[in-house]
Amino acid sequence: MIRIENLVKTFGSKRAVDGVSFNVERGEVLGFLGPNGAGKSTTMRMITGFMPPSAGRVSVGGHDVMESPLAAKRLIGYLPENAASYPDMTVKAFLDFAAELRGLEGSKRKQAVNRVVELCFLESVLRQSIDTLSKGYKHRTCLAQALIHDPDVLIMDEPTDGLDPNQKHEVRNLIRTLGKKKAIVFSTHILEEVDAACTRAIIIDRGKIVANGTPEELREMSELAGAVTISAHGATAEKLSELGRVEDLGGAFRVYPKDKRQAPELARGVVEMVSREGWKVEGMYSERGELDEVFRRITLPDTVKR
Amino acid sequence: MRAVWTIAKRELCAYFTSPVAYVFLVIFLLLTGFFTFTAGNFFERGEASLAAFFGWHPWLYLVLVPAVGMRLWAEERRSGTLELLLTMPVAPWQAIVAKFIASWLFLALALALTFPVILTVNILGDPDNGIIAAGYVGSFLLAGAYLAVSCMTSAMTRNQVVAFILSVVICLFLILAGFNPVTDLLTRWASPAVVDTVAAFSVVTHYDAFQRGVIDLRDFVFFLSVIGFALFATGIIIRGHRAG
Repeated sequence: MIRIENLVKTFGSKRAVDGVSFNVERGEVLGFLGPNGAGKSTTMRMITGFMPPSAGRVSVGGHDVMESPLAAKRLIGYLPENAASYPDMTVKAFLDFAAELRGLEGSKRKQAVNRVVELCFLESVLRQSIDTLSKGYKHRTCLAQALIHDPDVLIMDEPTDGLDPNQKHEVRNLIRTLGKKKAIVFSTHILEEVDAACTRAIIIDRGKIVANGTPEELREMSELAGAVTISAHGATAEKLSELGRVEDLGGAFRVYPKDKRQAPELARGVVEMVSREGWKVEGMYSERGELDEVFRRITLPDTVKR
Repeated sequence: MRAVWTIAKRELCAYFTSPVAYVFLVIFLLLTGFFTFTAGNFFERGEASLAAFFGWHPWLYLVLVPAVGMRLWAEERRSGTLELLLTMPVAPWQAIVAKFIASWLFLALALALTFPVILTVNILGDPDNGIIAAGYVGSFLLAGAYLAVSCMTSAMTRNQVVAFILSVVICLFLILAGFNPVTDLLTRWASPAVVDTVAAFSVVTHYDAFQRGVIDLRDFVFFLSVIGFALFATGIIIRGHRAG
C-alpha cells in the first residue's frame, strides 16, 4: 500500500531524512522508532503529502503523493503529532467537519461518526468543546477523525503520547485490531509498543534507516540474545567460561554464546554442566534479547556525539 | 466546491462560537455610528447622502479588518491544525478561498447591519439610493481587499499580533498612496505621471469612484486583482512553509 523510495528531505544544509526506502503492505503494522529529531515526523509528513520531499518518491495505494495528491490523501487517515484539532469546536462538530471533508454526506456521515465515536469511546463528551477535554480525550478525538472514512492506510505520529497506561493499552489494542485490514505506520519511542502492536519495526537515526525487521529479528541483534543466565549453588565463573564469555551479575552468572547461531547449543551445554557438576540450580533462563538495548546500541553513539 | 463550502462553514462558525464576532460587530457598529453622526457631522451637512458614513470606511477598516483576518492562518499554524487541514483531500487553494470567503461574508454581515443609516437618510430626506448602493458595493470590495492582505500576512507568521501589524501597515500604504495630502506632497518633486501611477495603487482613488455613484469596471478589476494577488501570495507563502 505504501511505497517509499529513496526519500530525502533537507532543511537548509541539514538532511532531516536521508535516503529512506521501505514498503508497507495491507495487514502490516509498522512501528517507526528513533530518537527525537531522527526524522520520524518529517517522513510521516511526506507520506501524508503535507511536505513535498526534496528527492525520492512516495506512493500510497498506487497514487504518487506529489502527482495525484488528492487521490492519495483520500486513502490516508492521519493522526498528526500532538493530535491537533480545533479547540473551539465540539467533538461532534469536529467529526462532522472531518466527515464532510472526506466527502461523507447525510446518513453515511451519521454512520461514520457513530462508528468512530464508539470505536474511540467518545460518547460521553460528544457535545463538549474540544478545549475543555482532557488530553486523552483530545487525542482520541483526533484519532477518531483519522478513522472516520475507514482508510486503507493509517499514519499516526506518536499515537500514545501523553496517554495514561489504560488508554495506551486501549490504543495499542485498537492498532492491532485495525492492522489486520489496513496498512499502518506509527511512530513511537516507547519500545514496549513495538512488541505490543507491531508486525515490523524500523529504527531510524539521523535520517537513515539503521534497522528494519520483525520485533523478533531486532531483538536477536541484541548482544544479550541467546545468553543464558543461571544462578546455582556451587557454580563458578571459571567453570562456566569453558562455554563462553561469562559476566558475574552478583549471585548469578550470565554466559554469552561465542556465536549467535550457537545459542541452543549453549543452553544445552549449561544444562549438561549443571548435571555433571551437581550444582543446585535456583534459576536459569535463556535471554531473548532486549529491544531497549538494541535501540540504545544503534542510536546512542550519535546522540552522545551531538 | 463542496470542500470550499465545508471549510467556509466551519470558519464562519468559529467566529460565532468565540467572542470575536460579537465584539467585532458591536465595535464596528458603534464606531460607524460615532464617525458618521459625531465626527462626520452627519446632521450639520444638510445633505441627503451617506458621504459622512462611507468617508470613514477606509480608516475604520484599516484597524478592524486585520483584526478579523489575522487569525485565519496564524492560528492554524500555531495550533498545528494546518497539518490536519492540508492532509485532508483538499487542495490548498480551496482552503485559501474558503477561509477568505468565510471572513468576507462575515464582514458583509457587519456591513449589512449598518442598514439603519439607510433608513435614517431616507426618512429625513430624499437621497439617491443608487449612489448608496454603489457606496455599499465599494465598501464591500474595499473590505475584501484589506481582508485578502490580512490573509496574506496571517500566513506569514504564527503570531497574530505580528500578522495584525503587518496587515495594518500594508493597508495604510494602500490608503496613503492616493491620500490627498500625500499626493500633494508628491507633486512637488515628481512628475504627474509618477504621481498618477502611485495614486492608481491606492484603494482610496478607486473607492471614491464608488462613493460618487460611479461603478466603473476598472475599479472592480482593481479590487478583484488586489484580492487575487494577495490570495495567490498566500498560496505561495503556505507552500513555502510546507516545503520547510
